[in-house]
Amino acid sequence: MSRVTKFAARDPGPAARMSGFMAHLRDNGLRLGVGEAELSLTALTHVQASDPNEVRHALRAVCSGCAEDAARFDDLFDAFWLNGGRVAEKTMPAQSPTADNVHSSRNAKGLDAASGAGSATSPDGDDGGAAEDGEGKLVASVVQATMKKDLRDLVQPEDIAEAQVIARKLGAALHDRRSRRRKQARKGDKIHFRKLIRQSLSTGGEPLQLPKKQRPDRPLKIVTLCDVSGSMTVYAQVFLAFIAGLMREDETTDAYLFHTRLVRIAEALRDKDALRALGRLSVLADGFGGGSKIGVSLMQFSRTYARRFVDGRTVVLILSDGYDTDRPELIADALAALRKRGCKIIWLNPLKGWDGYEPVARGMAAALPHLDLFHPANRLADLEALEPELRRL
Amino acid sequence: MDWTTLQTAMAEQGYIADDDLAMAVHLALALGRPLLLEGAAGVGKTEVARVLSQVRDTQLIRLQCYEGLDAAQAIYEWNYQRQLLSIRAAAEDGETGRAVEDRIFSQDFLLERPLLKAIRQDQPPVLLIDEIDRADEEFEAYLLEILSEFQVTIPELGTITATSRPIVILTANGTRDLSDALRRRCLYAHVGYPDRNTELSILQSRCAGINGQLAGQIVGFVQSLRKEDLEKKPGVAEMLDFAAALMGLGIADLTTDPKVLQATLATLLKTESDRFNITTEIAQRLAGKAA
Repeated sequence: MSRVTKFAARDPGPAARMSGFMAHLRDNGLRLGVGEAELSLTALTHVQASDPNEVRHALRAVCSGCAEDAARFDDLFDAFWLNGGRVAEKTMPAQSPTADNVHSSRNAKGLDAASGAGSATSPDGDDGGAAEDGEGKLVASVVQATMKKDLRDLVQPEDIAEAQVIARKLGAALHDRRSRRRKQARKGDKIHFRKLIRQSLSTGGEPLQLPKKQRPDRPLKIVTLCDVSGSMTVYAQVFLAFIAGLMREDETTDAYLFHTRLVRIAEALRDKDALRALGRLSVLADGFGGGSKIGVSLMQFSRTYARRFVDGRTVVLILSDGYDTDRPELIADALAALRKRGCKIIWLNPLKGWDGYEPVARGMAAALPHLDLFHPANRLADLEALEPELRRL
Repeated sequence: MDWTTLQTAMAEQGYIADDDLAMAVHLALALGRPLLLEGAAGVGKTEVARVLSQVRDTQLIRLQCYEGLDAAQAIYEWNYQRQLLSIRAAAEDGETGRAVEDRIFSQDFLLERPLLKAIRQDQPPVLLIDEIDRADEEFEAYLLEILSEFQVTIPELGTITATSRPIVILTANGTRDLSDALRRRCLYAHVGYPDRNTELSILQSRCAGINGQLAGQIVGFVQSLRKEDLEKKPGVAEMLDFAAALMGLGIADLTTDPKVLQATLATLLKTESDRFNITTEIAQRLAGKAA
């Protein structure tokens, strides 16, 4: 058993240590607020605060919120409180400039840069050795620069207008018919008793009108993830026009690009001027046409943005050819995690339109079991043809 | 009551809780916070609430969640049939509109559903909100409001404040992720499959007459079965069924009759492919190891 951490003499006391511990947990990705710090201190008054083991159990109950947190808690606890008898110089770790609740695609780096401490969310994954040493990095950045394209060359305003029409149709097709709640409606299958009683009061208990209630159709939210790596460049034109159309049609739609990292483009695409939107996008899409890390990007998505924007009433639309430089299991894991949010996942693959195409790209094969719909699409017309499929979903 | 006393009290009622869980339950009681229990099906999450209500000698109020669960089923509803009859009767008696209205929107005509019932008890009850992850997000939001304020507003009647704050236990088994807001409101404990010794004491406390050797075999067998690649791993409840089945058949040793063992596996393996994958040979090998 490791010995208890000694705290410096100038350390102001238990409350400061506890907030130091909270900051330590927060730095390691646990989502805690001031409320938890307060609750933790209160909790310690109900146990033997001098017994590390009791404190460990107590703080685990207060501070962890899911199975992963609970599993990691032991190590985090040991690192802070049982530091082999070493003196902790600073009870409060340095403030990290986290702006977790601000989601703007103006901050092109997205969440990964902001909440980087602790967990392995580095976009390079664990085997990105080549990019790590000095020379490799230099080469990579040169390649990136030459690959930089102006999206305005790719997408014409007419395309967007056309895509908008299609996007409207698709949006209409995507209605969640599963709502089990009933709402008041003019025509409905059940009587709205509460209203009936109220109304019948004025006619002496004679229910002259029968108000009804009905299960309403709930529109689905669409989240698009578009692959803009090198192998997808030729199709990006169509897809970006489609996404732009979708965004202009439906305010709730959310959109992301990924190549070697994930970028949220929803904010930029909402610009009223379609071409200016694409201009802003070009700035964000630095690295466009480069390599692709589908698995890492999807995993990053499911760990960060998906927690807030994806729920059971969301359709996640992935536009990619499935050629990935990482292990295919990463894609499968990421999709499985995403599915747990209760969303539907549609994968549109431009290559599937080719004669004799088989999903042999290992990434694609790994993804298949997790998809609700796997469909070809490389022209706007193909997207239009999706409509009946989406209706069935 | 400190947490070890609680642990012992729960053990007396037949629930063997590990330190983590006992501490979480203790803190939930001490701090008056809801407790969220997560874990696979059949590890005894629901049982915690039942045992706790016995330990505290109080009522257990249970709300089973499902998709589309709404306020009318979870909180309250007016008794419409009675209201209608009452209005008609009042019309015959010549009662005026205002008086009728006051009467039919009074407590007498209110049907309490679990959440409202839980906050209107004299003694704080244990409120079990089972499988919260099955309910949809709207309900989660509504629940948050009740869990923080412990009051319910009924438009016709006004606000009903809690006469006693219930002890709230929520269970989830991960069919979908819960919102951060709900997780933050609750204390948390993850209930896993018990280790060998814990499971053995669970078995012995539940099946009092079981012989020591068989109990060891059963627990060893089930524990190694969980390590196999199964679609649905057998939980504690299944293990108890398995033990009951063996005792009912008068089996004293797992390894004696492969056929009977294979037949009783029906209590442990609940999907076709699991049944198919655990062949007689594998079952025998596992039983042999456990013996």
